[in-house]
Amino acid sequence: MPSSWSNSRHEPRARVVSDLFGVIGTRRWEELIELALRGCASLSVLTTVGIIAVLLWGTIAFFEHVPLSRLLLDTEWAPLSAEPHFGIGSLVAGTALTTALATLVALPLGLLAAIYLSEFAPPLLRQMVKPALEVLAGIPTVVFGYFALVAVTPMLRHIVPGLAGFNALSPGIVMGVMIMPMIASLSEDAIDAVPHGLREGALALGATRLRCIFSVVLPSARSGIASALLLAVSRAIGETMIVPIAAGQRPQATLDPRVPIETLTAFVMQVSTSDACDGTPAYHTIFVVGALLFLMTLGTNVASHSLARRARRRAQ
Amino acid sequence: MTYRTARPWSERLLITGGIAAIALPLGLLLFGICDVLREGFGQLTWQFLTGYPSRSADKAGVLPALVGTLWLIGLTGLIALPVGVGAAIYLEECSSQGRISRLVEANVANLSAVPPVIYGLLGLGVFVHALGFGRSLIAGACTLALLVLPIVVISAREALRAVPASLREAALALGATRWQAVRQTILPLALPGIVTGTFLAISRAIGATTPLLLVGALTYATFLPDSPRSHFSALPTQIFSWISPPQRAFLANAAAGIIVLLLTMLLLNALAVILRNRLRRRFE
Repeated sequence: MPSSWSNSRHEPRARVVSDLFGVIGTRRWEELIELALRGCASLSVLTTVGIIAVLLWGTIAFFEHVPLSRLLLDTEWAPLSAEPHFGIGSLVAGTALTTALATLVALPLGLLAAIYLSEFAPPLLRQMVKPALEVLAGIPTVVFGYFALVAVTPMLRHIVPGLAGFNALSPGIVMGVMIMPMIASLSEDAIDAVPHGLREGALALGATRLRCIFSVVLPSARSGIASALLLAVSRAIGETMIVPIAAGQRPQATLDPRVPIETLTAFVMQVSTSDACDGTPAYHTIFVVGALLFLMTLGTNVASHSLARRARRRAQ
Repeated sequence: MTYRTARPWSERLLITGGIAAIALPLGLLLFGICDVLREGFGQLTWQFLTGYPSRSADKAGVLPALVGTLWLIGLTGLIALPVGVGAAIYLEECSSQGRISRLVEANVANLSAVPPVIYGLLGLGVFVHALGFGRSLIAGACTLALLVLPIVVISAREALRAVPASLREAALALGATRWQAVRQTILPLALPGIVTGTFLAISRAIGATTPLLLVGALTYATFLPDSPRSHFSALPTQIFSWISPPQRAFLANAAAGIIVLLLTMLLLNALAVILRNRLRRRFE
């Protein structure tokens, strides 16, 4: 295949490099390059360190002004008002509500799609659907926010009585649609990795195909599916555009999906588009909220990775 | 496995459910896109593409945001490509199974799942304040570069790994040093994959709104950015600012802006495919 290795296009540059070798010596040159490459690789570690440092710095600055008890025990969240309240619970409730709604939509849809694609779909359809779902995952979230506000909310208001113009239901559903491809694609991989012998064994023992899927295949793939679910949940927790656009920006601890709410991410957006001054507690709150978000997503990611590892080990 | 008997109803139900589960989100996407096209197509005029933001919806234009996004694409690529490829080469070629590479690997995996809003906070704290870049294009590009870096590293590693080991061994056997083998043998072959991965990563990044809002992208810029240090506006933040106000009139602008954003992403993807085919042809 590559018969033209030493083609003329490369030679001039190669000569320049070998001249450089002459000046500083091949070994030094190699060492320098390896050092540079190592620098590139350690930048990713530096990024993590930077994230933790920035979040810690903001959080410490916040706690210099506001005690922890006000963060945890207050029931109201209004850090930007003249008489600030810092009850972060109502934001966490908002995040939990939208994430739960999104999961309720995405899990059944994603699982059904994964089962269909891996067990029933003709190969050609399977080859076409996967990229199509990936397109869905690549749409910018601000566009999904627009869909939620302009297309989905008016439609839902015909169906659900008492639905406010800004509500948790519509962004929850749209978010579910957004994370569904992730669940479908990763679960399909997990289901596909279940050894064929298991299926054939179940069928040979007289199980129907459905029985085989639900009693043998899905239980064998459960680690992989759970890993996919957790990754999708982490994505829903960190989602930043759909909720601020379509859920209103009113923090309240409620389980009613018909009224406006605010999530952790939506609050960060709200502050970044307002004129909160640097150095005030209101400004530092975004780092506190960011730190909480970081911990929540880190937790789900780590759990997801360990489940995925377990699934791989089981497959071997 | 072939079945000649008719499927039982329960199985048919499951199949119907599966098809519905795939059709529903894709249908919603289609419905949404149709809505965007209907709302935004009338607004998508030459005046919109070359105009500046305005207080009246029908005069508003998207030019500063579009130019800002093009700047961001270029700068982000310039930062993320060399660093990402360097990291990938280090992980694949230099460190065999050292502790560092395992640390970096776990890190990259975790970073790729950190929500964009956290990168925004990082950019705000480090690039805008600590390094003193201010609310400038370069701060935005650095933030986006960090955001795409894990994806670039992962795709570059895959591309490097796909190069047959025999070629590397042949280069080394002919007396090439490790770096010479990488630069003259492995990298050219892996380049198509690396370039495609980077372009796809960047095309995702330009849709990211949150990090840009946090590092201070403007939503009302009446000038074009002319250097990496200048203030800027970008397509997604401009769209966001057109969605938020209570006046419905601006929604048409948002829809037209979405069309421009999606077309830009499509163009980047097409460019990635073209470049990949070109590079492949060159080395085959």
